[in-house]
Amino acid sequence: MRKSLLSLALLAGLATAQSGWAAGTGNIYVSSEDDNAVIVLDGQSYARLGEIETSDRPRDLRFNADRTLIYAACGEGDAIDVIDIASGEVVKSLDVGDDPEMFDLSPDGRLMFSSLEDDGLLGVYDLEKDETIAEIEVGEEPEGVLAHPDGKRVYVTSEEANLVHVVDVQSGEVTHNIVAGNRPRRFALDTGRNELWVTNEISGTVSIIDTEANAVKAELSFEPKGFRSEDVTPVGILMNGARDTAYVTLGTANHVAVVDMASREVRDFVLVGKRAWGLGLDRAEKRLFVTNGKSDDMSIIDTASLKVIKSVPVARVPHSVLIDD
Amino acid sequence: MTERLQQLSRGGPALLALALLTLCLLALAGAARAAEPAQITLGYLSWEEDPRYTEARFLARLPGQPWGRPVDGVKVALRDGRFTGKAVGVEYELIDEQVEQLDEVPAALARLADKGANFVLLDLPAEGVRSALQASADRELLLFNVSALDDSLRGEHCAANLLHTAPSQRMLMDALGQYLVSKKWRELLVLDGTQAIDQPLIASFDAAVKRYGLDVEERREFVLGSDPRQRGRNNVALLTKGDYQVAVVLDALGEFAREVPYQTLEPRPVVGSAGLVPDWWHWSWDRNGAPQLNKRFLKRAKRHMSGYDWSGWVVGKAIVEASLRVKSSDFAALRDHILSAELVLDGFKGGRMNFRPWNGQLRQPIFLTAGNWVAARAPIEGFLHATNDLDTLGANADDHQCKR
Repeated sequence: MRKSLLSLALLAGLATAQSGWAAGTGNIYVSSEDDNAVIVLDGQSYARLGEIETSDRPRDLRFNADRTLIYAACGEGDAIDVIDIASGEVVKSLDVGDDPEMFDLSPDGRLMFSSLEDDGLLGVYDLEKDETIAEIEVGEEPEGVLAHPDGKRVYVTSEEANLVHVVDVQSGEVTHNIVAGNRPRRFALDTGRNELWVTNEISGTVSIIDTEANAVKAELSFEPKGFRSEDVTPVGILMNGARDTAYVTLGTANHVAVVDMASREVRDFVLVGKRAWGLGLDRAEKRLFVTNGKSDDMSIIDTASLKVIKSVPVARVPHSVLIDD
Repeated sequence: MTERLQQLSRGGPALLALALLTLCLLALAGAARAAEPAQITLGYLSWEEDPRYTEARFLARLPGQPWGRPVDGVKVALRDGRFTGKAVGVEYELIDEQVEQLDEVPAALARLADKGANFVLLDLPAEGVRSALQASADRELLLFNVSALDDSLRGEHCAANLLHTAPSQRMLMDALGQYLVSKKWRELLVLDGTQAIDQPLIASFDAAVKRYGLDVEERREFVLGSDPRQRGRNNVALLTKGDYQVAVVLDALGEFAREVPYQTLEPRPVVGSAGLVPDWWHWSWDRNGAPQLNKRFLKRAKRHMSGYDWSGWVVGKAIVEASLRVKSSDFAALRDHILSAELVLDGFKGGRMNFRPWNGQLRQPIFLTAGNWVAARAPIEGFLHATNDLDTLGANADDHQCKR
């Protein structure tokens, strides 16, 4: 399962020119589902620095706490790869179960919760013991996973069952099944308001779940100009640090919705590439990165003006993006 | 549960212990719940001697034809719905009724209704569907046609309590028509079957020709066999001489059609019942969650999922979806939700689906399949409709024969 860096020589050369191949260099990492690689771009010029070969079909990406590692869920590789940022190599492949799609880490960074899409399971992997410690049965096609910062709860969507499951970390039990819209996909959490936002791809909405009551309290819909409601297929969602703005990718409607979180009003729609899914923000929250799965590129949006400043070709079916600035 | 334990036991004793703990917790949670889950009962009515479902035909794996009984599809959907059921406190039950003769359909339907099956899947040819309709008049039933493609069931023989999850033949032919227009392959040679079963297919194709302005350059009838006196009608090379862009073969059972590709006199693509075939599901579709559904189906039914299986599956999906939204097992409430424009059905082909109010047909995309791949999904980009692009396929609100 261990992968080596294919274009090491190229990377080494470029990395020198780009003030070092290390964490915090401002590089951008994009997983490509069909090229079985994580693509590395320069964070300012967006020039392609190289690619890190991974297990098959990499999708969700996450940093570890100190940003020395990137975890990449590789669905068809049946593993979560561990990429060492300094060396730009996959140093380990974690055997988390079959077909991991999305995942999250416990607040202490020890447990990795991953949706195992084919088997309808939430896998719990202990990164210290290096083994799966539990597999919890959930509805078919689990996708979005979010570990609550309280360390007690994990949320997981079932795309098939149209449910959000609340899993108690201690007991491994599903404590609540919250009825969502159709094909619930991904999450963002606002602990200040006790709100868990979940995108519903087929019903074209975002459900806002009250995390105390474990029930949906509001629903958002989107009407970008020139598209019918059935074209609106929300998937990606990201909130800024202040939790005043949420970004929602609208899939086949080729737009990102910018939502004012307090009023729940859509402030703007930004036209991006085809089938926009993945989202990433830089630390300063000045640039929003959007992966477009059907145009194989990434749109970069200036968050102040809400204009696309650049579209960059990336690779086949770009999925997730991380900015290591 | 046994299967689940075996699965877990591969992970070692620690996992097994955890699994047992989880089971105990689940049992406790179950005991704590006051009410027993309410039952939603589905019936499945089929005909043992149905000529569409012979072992030889299953083994032939003809495109656009059934590869097994659609009951396998509904079983997968109900299993998939188990978490939904738990969430809203209902359980789904499936009762199978198979008749030996079509004239036993009314009695079998009555037996199902008496057992509380208000939702009945009809896996019958058009004649059987009509006989079930007559028998259902005085009963509270919602019938789902899962396998009869006849346009007449969506037209003059339609009924208020009859829904169709299989597409009409017309929808399939419209999808093909859109594809031909999008490729600018308008000049056609059409090979028509001569059996009674081929005639509705030919009529549907003719409607698509009219709708999409295709040009039929030549039209010939084919027969099965190798009688040299009939060679003008049974020899593919002789049948396919001419000046055209595409050969269309219209063969409802597909037995002749499969001999046509690569045997044409002119080097021309073959579409219709062989070559590029319109179908409403395909095992190679790799978007919209289809790979997971295909894997689940393959695991349960030990074969690839066909359009017919999808028709069965989507009935289960619709009933599970309705129970999630109305949070009840009440038949009238479930039926009303299924019939309403509020229904949002995720058919794993992209987009939302619901039933056309004018004839009970499920709106759905159609795939143009080419062996081991989906070449295109209709509605094809550019084919637009005033309200819903899915309505560019099949009979429209202002163009149908259904009075119900």
